[in-house]
Amino acid sequence: MQKQIIFALVLLATLGVFAYTALRLLRFFKLTRPAFPVRDTGRRLALTMKVAFGQSKIFRMPLIGFLHALVFWGFCVILIGSLEMLIDGLAGTERVLKFLGVVYDVIIASGDIFSLLVTISVIVFMARRLFFHVRRFEGYEMKRASHIDASIALTLILLLMISLLGLNSAYYALAIKEGQKMAGVFPVSSLFYGLYAPFGPATIHAWHEIFWWSHIVLIFIFANILPYSKHFHVFMSIPNVYLSRLWPAGKLVNMDNITREVRLMMNPETAFSAAPGNAEVDRFGIKDIEDVTWKNYLDSLSCTQCGRCTAVCPANITGKKLSPRKIIMDVRARMNDKGPEMIKQGKEFDDAKSLLRDYVSLEELWACTTCNACVEECPVNINHPELIIDMRRYLVMEEGQAPGEIKTVFNNIENNGAPWQYSSEDRMLWAENIEMAIDE
Amino acid sequence: MKTKKVNVPLMSDLFSRGETVEYLFWVGCAGAFDDRYKKVAAALARILTYLDVSYAVLGKEETCTGDPARRAGNEMVYQMQALQNIETFKAYDIKKVITICPHCYNIFKNEYPDLGADFEVISYVSFLSDMLKSGRLKLSSNALKDKVITYHDPCYLGRANKIYEEPRMLLGAMSQGLKEMKRNKSFALCCGAGGGQMFKEAEKGDKEIFIERTEEALETGANIIATACPFCMTMITDGLKYKNREEEIENLDICELIVRSLKI
Repeated sequence: MQKQIIFALVLLATLGVFAYTALRLLRFFKLTRPAFPVRDTGRRLALTMKVAFGQSKIFRMPLIGFLHALVFWGFCVILIGSLEMLIDGLAGTERVLKFLGVVYDVIIASGDIFSLLVTISVIVFMARRLFFHVRRFEGYEMKRASHIDASIALTLILLLMISLLGLNSAYYALAIKEGQKMAGVFPVSSLFYGLYAPFGPATIHAWHEIFWWSHIVLIFIFANILPYSKHFHVFMSIPNVYLSRLWPAGKLVNMDNITREVRLMMNPETAFSAAPGNAEVDRFGIKDIEDVTWKNYLDSLSCTQCGRCTAVCPANITGKKLSPRKIIMDVRARMNDKGPEMIKQGKEFDDAKSLLRDYVSLEELWACTTCNACVEECPVNINHPELIIDMRRYLVMEEGQAPGEIKTVFNNIENNGAPWQYSSEDRMLWAENIEMAIDE
Repeated sequence: MKTKKVNVPLMSDLFSRGETVEYLFWVGCAGAFDDRYKKVAAALARILTYLDVSYAVLGKEETCTGDPARRAGNEMVYQMQALQNIETFKAYDIKKVITICPHCYNIFKNEYPDLGADFEVISYVSFLSDMLKSGRLKLSSNALKDKVITYHDPCYLGRANKIYEEPRMLLGAMSQGLKEMKRNKSFALCCGAGGGQMFKEAEKGDKEIFIERTEEALETGANIIATACPFCMTMITDGLKYKNREEEIENLDICELIVRSLKI
């Protein structure tokens, strides 16, 4: 009973912290703009199965992707065991799900194998960060905090796996020693039996308790650290994939407020009949964090800073300042800086800074070719060019800012209907004197 | 060899005669004004004539789709162009449009419908690969049998619209097989011209994107770099000049290769 009470208190504290975090994020989301209605449940589920559970985009880098997939699938299986621990802890039971019989054996056995596979993968990940030069982990936006963040997350996962293997091997050893029937099958943990052989049941039981508690407390700590780290993707990637933009990568979202204005301009007679009334005056494009949509913000929370986007960005590859990853990181950082003050002091809060310029420079924005290589690569379906175009929209339509040659293009299109300065009278010159060979 | 003059019919002429056609051939600004790309537009006109396709062009009534403005942030100019084009299409009751430029294709297909457009748009690579499949277009590898071809995927056909197989099917039918670049299909590297970059100097960096891509194409040892986009063509041609390889290596559009294969 004592154990149950302690467990319940620890759980309560965990949930309390988690609720605080969730509420904070919810308030941030309330500061954002609408994006799109979420329909097509079937398509979304299929996409989630493929991209999230099938790890389809992770596999675009087959070797390291495979290791990530092992960690992901391992987490999914091990999560069932963690839920069981939660019930056990509250109800004072032991391995409460064992009534599932063979199914239970399969779950436990695969969890046991996965805990070893995850351990190996995480060690490879750590070694890669420490001893190998991986270009995409460097980049000027990767500050020390990001590297520490990664190390903490990987260490925690490693400890989680060690404690799980410890817990299972102690359980196995105890059952053997006491000659009891055990619930579950332990192909990996059973290999550690030798370590427990010299000890009596009481000592092994104590080890079991130590591992049990460390494992569950580590889970609680991990879950509460994640939302503040770049590893929040552990929670956010599946929802983010489910809430993907379902249209082709080439499509930009239409600005309906511009459509209204253009229609008025093209047909002035309707200007009076369609009086705007108290229509909200929207800012065109994105200047600061309050202009991003909930989807842009969700993207930023789902980003793990893996840098696959930046590694394929043609601008970045050729030494330009643009790094798609940085744009996404900037959105999250800006919300962390401005969001709390906007919640306290109201949406009008102004710290004389903005996402555009103070976080994302014009040099970055104008370097994008909108090639969508970043979008294609992102394992969690983040869209980077959308933000870039929206910031260009603000610059162009609110400030009249653009590189000189681009302004010329705008003028040419407006004046002669082509990006170059040619007269529309000459549009058929190409078709004069086309000869073609014919059979005799 | 006997030749004949290819007549490119104008939509307005046909309309005044009360005639209708099945397709609008959307030439695009590059096809109309870019000296190099005019030849590609002419090549497609030859192919359409050869295949006896019922089509016409808009001529002076054609105007920029608005794509370069839109991707540079000028939604206002884009929408004015788009609404004007949609009006023109409606006036001629145009139902099917063939494009050469992938940027025109993308904006027609994915973005014009938001402004009320209602027509089918087909990239010429899909149109011609359908013709190949149905047997109406027959390609032989005789004319190009000594050539090694590599294909550069334009971003707005490839990643933006998942058109990867059609161009390869056409090129495969008229050659001894393609030599792929290291980064191809969804992994393809951009030529560097999209998103308005075509019209401006690149930002500061240590290399031009088009040089990086041209080098990759050269690594394949191909003597023809096939493209399917006017911007890609400008970039790759510049890359070949920069590398002093423009004499030995040709940069051709798929249309031009088909014309060569058909010997028309």
